Amino acid sequence: MHNFDFVKPASIADAVKALASDGAQALSGGQTLLPTMKQRLAAPAVLVSLTGIAEMRGVCKGDGGLHVGAATSHATVAKEAAAHYPALAALAGGIGDPAVRNRGTIGGSIANNDPAACYPAGVLGSGATVVTNRRKIAADDFFQGLFSTALEEGEIVTEVRFPIPEKAAYVKFRQPASRFALTGVFVAKTGGTVRVAVTGAGQGGVFRWTEAEAALARAFSADAISGLAVPAGDMISDLHGTAAYRANLVKVLTGRAVTAAG
Amino acid sequence: MPKDHGIGASSKRREDIRFLTGRGVYTDDMNLHGQAYAVFVRSQVAHGRIKSIDTSAAAAMPGVLAVFTGEDFKDVGGNPAGWLINSRDGTPMREPKRPVLAHGKVRHVGDAYAAVVAESYAEAKDAAEQLAADSEIEELPAIIDMAAALADASIRVHDEIPDNQCFDWGWIEDNRAAVDAAIKAAPHVTTLELVNNRLVPNAMEPRASIGEYFPGTGDYKLTTTSQNPHLTRLLVAAFVMGIPENKLTVVAPDVGGGFGSKIYHYGEEALVLAAAKKLARPVRWTAERSESFLSDAHGRDHVTKIELACETDGTFIAFRTETMANVGAYLSNFSTATPTFLHGTLMAGPYKVPNVYVNVKTVFTNTAPVDAYRGAGRPEATFSLERVIDKMCRELGLDPFDVRRKNLLTKDMFPYTTPVGLAYDTGDYHATLDKAMDMADVAGFETRRAASAARGKLRGMGLSTWIEACGIAPSHLVGVLGSRVGLYDAATVRVNATGNISVMTGAHSHGQGHETVFAQIVAEKLGVPEASVEIVHGDTSKIPFGMGSYGSRSLAVCGVAVTKAIDKIVAKGKKIAAHMLEAAEEDITFEAGTFSVAGTDKAKTFGEIAFSAYVPHNYPLETLEPGLEETAFYDPANFTYPAGAYICEVEVDEGTGKVDVVAFHCADDFGNIMNPMVVEGQVHGGVGQGIGQALCENTTYDDTGQLLTGSYMDYAMPRADDVPFYNVDYSCQTPCTHNPLGVKGCGEAGAIGSPPAVVNAVIDALHRGGYTHVKHIDMPVSPSRVWQAIHG
Ligand SMILES: Cc1cc2nc3c(=O)[nH]c(=O)nc-3n(C[C@H](O)[C@H](O)[C@H](O)COP(=O)(O)OP(=O)(O)OC[C@H]3O[C@@H](n4cnc5c(N)ncnc54)[C@H](O)[C@@H]3O)c2cc1C
Repeated sequence: MHNFDFVKPASIADAVKALASDGAQALSGGQTLLPTMKQRLAAPAVLVSLTGIAEMRGVCKGDGGLHVGAATSHATVAKEAAAHYPALAALAGGIGDPAVRNRGTIGGSIANNDPAACYPAGVLGSGATVVTNRRKIAADDFFQGLFSTALEEGEIVTEVRFPIPEKAAYVKFRQPASRFALTGVFVAKTGGTVRVAVTGAGQGGVFRWTEAEAALARAFSADAISGLAVPAGDMISDLHGTAAYRANLVKVLTGRAVTAAG
Repeated sequence: MPKDHGIGASSKRREDIRFLTGRGVYTDDMNLHGQAYAVFVRSQVAHGRIKSIDTSAAAAMPGVLAVFTGEDFKDVGGNPAGWLINSRDGTPMREPKRPVLAHGKVRHVGDAYAAVVAESYAEAKDAAEQLAADSEIEELPAIIDMAAALADASIRVHDEIPDNQCFDWGWIEDNRAAVDAAIKAAPHVTTLELVNNRLVPNAMEPRASIGEYFPGTGDYKLTTTSQNPHLTRLLVAAFVMGIPENKLTVVAPDVGGGFGSKIYHYGEEALVLAAAKKLARPVRWTAERSESFLSDAHGRDHVTKIELACETDGTFIAFRTETMANVGAYLSNFSTATPTFLHGTLMAGPYKVPNVYVNVKTVFTNTAPVDAYRGAGRPEATFSLERVIDKMCRELGLDPFDVRRKNLLTKDMFPYTTPVGLAYDTGDYHATLDKAMDMADVAGFETRRAASAARGKLRGMGLSTWIEACGIAPSHLVGVLGSRVGLYDAATVRVNATGNISVMTGAHSHGQGHETVFAQIVAEKLGVPEASVEIVHGDTSKIPFGMGSYGSRSLAVCGVAVTKAIDKIVAKGKKIAAHMLEAAEEDITFEAGTFSVAGTDKAKTFGEIAFSAYVPHNYPLETLEPGLEETAFYDPANFTYPAGAYICEVEVDEGTGKVDVVAFHCADDFGNIMNPMVVEGQVHGGVGQGIGQALCENTTYDDTGQLLTGSYMDYAMPRADDVPFYNVDYSCQTPCTHNPLGVKGCGEAGAIGSPPAVVNAVIDALHRGGYTHVKHIDMPVSPSRVWQAIHG
């Protein structure tokens, strides 16, 4: 790890100011950024910690849904969202291990947009809104491919607002080593609308499986997608699974998520 | 009532108090005045010619004290292979020199070719990065695949070895013609090609070393993560650095696991010593986890074809094995013994089989060196045998339990000499098979299968009846087989003046529990409390010359040395007692800590005798030396042969291919048991590693020699939820006939016996689910591989 300066502002405004300095980078739970720095693959001059900003922490029921501060840890979401949005709480509770869940945050996770991360599926599958210090971004516009998002230079995620669906479930199939999602599927049903978001599988990162959404909107049961096939051409292939294997997982896990959602 | 003290008691592991409360003292925990930090520059390419290394910029960087390259060690001796193996044609193996730092060429990703020593770790890292940038290394085509390495003479790992072959070994060559003929004439032959997957050892504590040099005396000290400090001292002093052993102390303090990988001497140890001398300051190095992945000696990595010839009723006629064993880029210390004498000699298994022949070609590739890893050769042998037997049973429609029962050696056949050169002293393989079947409720399997099916899972059961040779090893035998060292061990028992006891052992404990178990033995034999016995290990300036811990040898070899030293203590104690009690020596008995004159109430306690030995006022000084301290060396007459039967049950998720081990039953014969709890822990750990190999762990190099599984993001270690609650039994006991403790060794058993049980269970589940086209799946039997096999 290279040397760096560390600041811990108490407000979003101060954080944004601090981030304007040369070589500054936001630090949330540090579960991605710190290992990267240890490997000397990143060398920010200043780390701007976001976890001291009270307005970016916590889970609360707001108008039209559940508001989760960007610097809220996975463990907190697992606990505090449980009564309101069990599928989201379960997703958070299934990330990494206790140490990771106590440090890692939703803001860091979606800003990083790892193609195998869980939250992107939850945020996209829920049709959530990502709130930043500058604007509100619909989930459909936020995730823009592997490790890339709509965030601009100096823009930070401050909150994520989740509409609460009638039925939802996240089913994750763990990559044997990292235990990130080899493939994970988040299914949410609200009225006649169904959203199916898939992480871990697509070459372009998290994506919506729209054929399944249409089929499930007609009949919300695992059988409804039995005739569908996921094109393997768009899937990731690596030593943990071929594209065909991942295409299979997308379908199998979608069926299981629908069943779990009830 | 189970015993609560001494031999056979489940005494709690005394070392766990410090390990579990963070009070262990590992190499990296030690901080020395004036210490400097070494960082190694490692090759990014699998094969390359070092054109130039410009050290000037790195040397001028802040805090940099010294820069080393391979040139600095050109003249020091090579790190040798411990076993000389001859090829079938009688020619000796090819033995390229293994340098401290690579010079001329780099031969695998992670091959260290330079090092920087600086005031701080960060400064050393910065300078190492600079040095890497200032090194011109011409990348050469790399050879990774063993078959290609043997076939393609244009790419040579070592320029002087044209076919990349270390040796081509036949065991036993005289058997070959008979085995060929038997296979030709047999009514049935089952053939299986398989891979025994390469494993990264992943000890919890990475390797670490601190070198010290004392200019006043010219002495050196190496504190290092070693399983065998005396062996390390011999290698680094006599073979590599040319330091007389009496000028070097090697200390292996608390060591956080080794599994074989810390047996060997590595170049980093020599570097920190050389740097310490040059700078007259302590120089330390601790591997980063990614360095461990790239530079620890890996395990296994065989590609094997095995044939089993049998009668149509499953009676074995012959086994013939052809194996390619990867040794990586350099010969690590035991690398030539592992695929040969720890593998080929086990290829008769626990079976009555008249014809066995094994051919092993060892191959240099541009990968990390491969050497012994928990089980070392024996897991490879067991996997080949138990998988091919399972396949044969399916081909002939025979019951795998019946086939084992029919072919297992019977207990009246011991001692039994196998066709591959071992003499099994004792065993009762039917007893462990019966026990395992009982534990597993084999008869109730169908009910469990139906219950799994109701939950949408396929269920299967797999069996493995294993044997191994451990308690390594009789020196006279291994000498004939090519070993360049003896494999005895040694212990010193020092009774202190007030009767408490220090025991110095050649064996080294890096998690096994010696400090507890050896103390139990001493306490039992001398009739003293366990708490008054201290086990001292790991420091060559304190302990006698023993060979350390590996090959499940600590108890069966060093433990016996301890008992032999105790016998000498008791014999001397009797002499002292005879004098003090004014009786004849022959009339003195020793029991439960008391020396008595037989048939009288005249007695002296052990403590009184000890005190008298050190305060010899009333003592036969004319005929007896004062003091009460004895050393014994013990060289076993034979290997020990633990054996057992393992039954695994798995559930397979057809949709994802995920395998869950839902039950694992072990019926082992370890001979006499010193501490049941420690034995259970060893079996749990071994089976956990076996399940890891079978289901999770996969070391993958790409075609260019980059390690794709170089971190825990991609290298899957087994975790708590990958393993079941084990069902372990060791009540079938046929004590070893040639050591006085009757013990056999249990450290590697689990890792040896378990992988085929797991894979056999998976194949069984798939067959029961109708996927009868699946004949074999290579380890790790990962979800994607199972799914692929189902849909293949
Ligand atoms: C062992 C381990 C296992 C894991 N397993 C899983 C898993 O199973 N599933 C899963 O989904 N994840 C997993 N993770 C990732 C973890 O969940 C973290 O959420 C993730 O690493 C990022 O969150 P963080 O808060 O730690 O972000 P940091 O590491 O602090 O930051 C990550 C990146 O986001 C930027 N950033 C942080 N916060 C903001 C913000 N508010 N606005 C804009 N940019 C920001 C940072 O500058 C940095 O570039 C695992 C991590 C580890 C170490």
